[in-house]
Amino acid sequence: MGKVLEMRAITKQFPRVLANDKVDFDLNHGEIHALVGENGSGKSTLMSILYGLYQKDGGEIIVRGQPVQITEPRQAIDLKIGMVFQHFMLIEPLTVAENIVLGSEIRKGPFLDHKRMVSEVERLSEEYGLKIDPNAKVADLSVGLQQRVEILKALYRGADILILDEPTAVLTPQEVEDLFEVLNTLKSKGTSIVFITHKIKEVLAVSDRVSVLRRGKKIGTKSTAETNEQELAEMMVGRVVLLRVEKGPAKPGREVLRLDGVTVKDQFGHVKVNNVSLTVRSGEVLGIAGVEGNGQSELVEAIAGLTKVAGGSIHLSNQDITGWSPLRVRRAGFGLVPEDRHRRGLVLDYSVADNLILGLHGSKPFVHNGLRSEKKIAEHAEELIRDYDIRPPVASQPARALSGGNQQKIVVAREFTQNPDLLICSQPTRGVDVGAIEFIHQQVIAQRDQGAAVLLVSAELDEVLSLSDRVAVMYNGEIVNVMPIEEVTEHKLGFLMLGGRPEEYDANEVSGSADQD
Amino acid sequence: MGDVIAMMFNTAVFAAALRMATPLIFAALGGIFSERSGVVNIALEGMMLTGAFTAMFVTYHTGMPWVGVLGAMLAGGLIGLIHAIFCVRYRANQVVTGTAINIFAGGLTVFLLRFFFGTAGTSPSVTTIPDITLPVLSSIPWIDRILGRQNPLVYLALVAVVVVHIVIYKTPWGLRLRAVGEHPRAADTVGVNVFKMRYISVVISGALAGLGGTYLSIAHLSRFSEGMTAGRGFIALAAVIFGKWTPLGALGACLFFGYADALQMRLQDIGIPTQFMNMLPYVLTMVALAGFIGRAVGPKASGEPYIKG
Repeated sequence: MGKVLEMRAITKQFPRVLANDKVDFDLNHGEIHALVGENGSGKSTLMSILYGLYQKDGGEIIVRGQPVQITEPRQAIDLKIGMVFQHFMLIEPLTVAENIVLGSEIRKGPFLDHKRMVSEVERLSEEYGLKIDPNAKVADLSVGLQQRVEILKALYRGADILILDEPTAVLTPQEVEDLFEVLNTLKSKGTSIVFITHKIKEVLAVSDRVSVLRRGKKIGTKSTAETNEQELAEMMVGRVVLLRVEKGPAKPGREVLRLDGVTVKDQFGHVKVNNVSLTVRSGEVLGIAGVEGNGQSELVEAIAGLTKVAGGSIHLSNQDITGWSPLRVRRAGFGLVPEDRHRRGLVLDYSVADNLILGLHGSKPFVHNGLRSEKKIAEHAEELIRDYDIRPPVASQPARALSGGNQQKIVVAREFTQNPDLLICSQPTRGVDVGAIEFIHQQVIAQRDQGAAVLLVSAELDEVLSLSDRVAVMYNGEIVNVMPIEEVTEHKLGFLMLGGRPEEYDANEVSGSADQD
Repeated sequence: MGDVIAMMFNTAVFAAALRMATPLIFAALGGIFSERSGVVNIALEGMMLTGAFTAMFVTYHTGMPWVGVLGAMLAGGLIGLIHAIFCVRYRANQVVTGTAINIFAGGLTVFLLRFFFGTAGTSPSVTTIPDITLPVLSSIPWIDRILGRQNPLVYLALVAVVVVHIVIYKTPWGLRLRAVGEHPRAADTVGVNVFKMRYISVVISGALAGLGGTYLSIAHLSRFSEGMTAGRGFIALAAVIFGKWTPLGALGACLFFGYADALQMRLQDIGIPTQFMNMLPYVLTMVALAGFIGRAVGPKASGEPYIKG
């Protein structure tokens, strides 16, 4: 199998960072080559150069043996290179077929040939096993299907080199599996794929080879079969990484959070959280596992006072906090790492220092005689930046300028240093790189050991399994089961998350093991 | 009261409504091109006014009103080009640029009127485009009294709606137009030249608005008068929104505004204060925008300059 693509000594200088520093990369015919690295390591930049979105400052690109200059996406398309972006490049009010043909329309005289557009899309979707309705509006499709449209867009343009930029970041676990199946189908039909990710498990699951970038430099390329999780993590981060969280047994104390029959409805009156009762004690981590969209977000928002409770009561340290304002709940000893740091956790255009006092900005010592105390704010920022290793360590920078992992560290630093009685961490490591995940996990356990009651909501099974002392599964607005961590297996969680009942699982297990005997 | 009802369904009012709607239709179609490409065009008013002046000016000198129409479209297109250069190339705030163009056009036409004709207020009278009788339509009862005999520009406006509809929804270019106003980066990544699309669209927008102005000075009237567009550019913009950025929707809105305008002129005769009736189209616009059509969602990228890379 020959090389379809070679990139040699690619260099790209951005105003403040060297995004790619003499990076070599190559792609074999019909392989899936994973390109991994932490956020900001230069993976996307490298592929954007290949696709003509950025101009390289140095190096050369060879496609199918021919040196090429790519200065426009158009040229990349002509070279049969397709790219699926992390943020989809789809026009929502248009149909699937219209999105797919845009820019390379099928014409009948001066008009669009709508019939042939649709039949062409149908043909492609059949050939590659990517089922889709060509006449559906993109806005009405799920994220997984929208991604399908993106892949079809590339295939329609004849791409046989396909770049996927963090394609799994927005998908549910089931959709990820579907995607991997699609990638394998494409591979078997001779498409060469570059798969950008920072999730090592995915690399191991789907790729043939893997290249690691760190801070703009290529660290190495390995055959996937000859490497492992630990080695890749170390290559990405540049030091030994603890993939397993080290923690001692929990020492549960008093009851901190008690939910009694909590029900939450959305703006249309649909029940999102149905009669949920739970307790979380100090010194323990209760993990809520579940496929996203099963009421976890609404439950968290109800506790935080961000949404109304339709029924039931919430007690925090024996106080009834049902219906309290978010500020009042916070002051009663509550900290929240919200699931979407951009929407709820940070004001992106504010400085790191100001983000570190959000919610505390009206309290002492940050306010003195009604005015901001710049000195205290700066001292506070300096301390937290140091303790939580926020990089770059510049308090005056806008939060927007930081990587996802460091943005999340700002939120974690702010919430954790208040030493709340109740700490809710919702998807605490989403879009965060390996090094930062390790750090945030350690901090969560440290909070637990200091006596906080921690409620962890996560779609990542690994995270729930490694941090929790007890695990609850949420499905369709209800808590299906709460069990101590010793009784939990990944398989059982998966079963319950997809709507299985605990009784059924136990029954299946018994008959299953009987079959084996 | 019976008088009013009778008047509301009078064919003469319908015919007048069509005439009043004509300049709005052209300008609204222009607005659709511009907004669909992602450029807010609040300058429709100024483009119409420039068109109205140029149509009169060229007709005055050539004696040929159709040459005046051509001139007005060129002048409108030129103003569109200026708008596009500021908005697309220099990424200026589109509302501010549009407002500046409106003020500029208001001043320029007054200046030119005085400079060339030495008069303030109105220009000398010029040749107009005469009304024509359409053979088929004029033989259908009832319809003939509305559509049978009208100005060619009225018919042209109706044809233009159909043409623009086809261009936007049935051609590759139209697909690209809808794309660049919604998600320019997506269009760019599949090789659509966003800047070129926007330049062309805004120039077309200006030409159509200029054509709308033409109707005022050399068809409806036979002269140019200062500020004769009297806010029609803004009404056309409202029609774009009212019609949800679609040509057929905008046509409906323009006919509706034209009808309110025509009715208003008639109702003045029966003792309702003019001022109230003058408010009618505007009040209806606000009511319509606030409630009837629900939230009007325009092209997502409208108003935002595109920055490559």
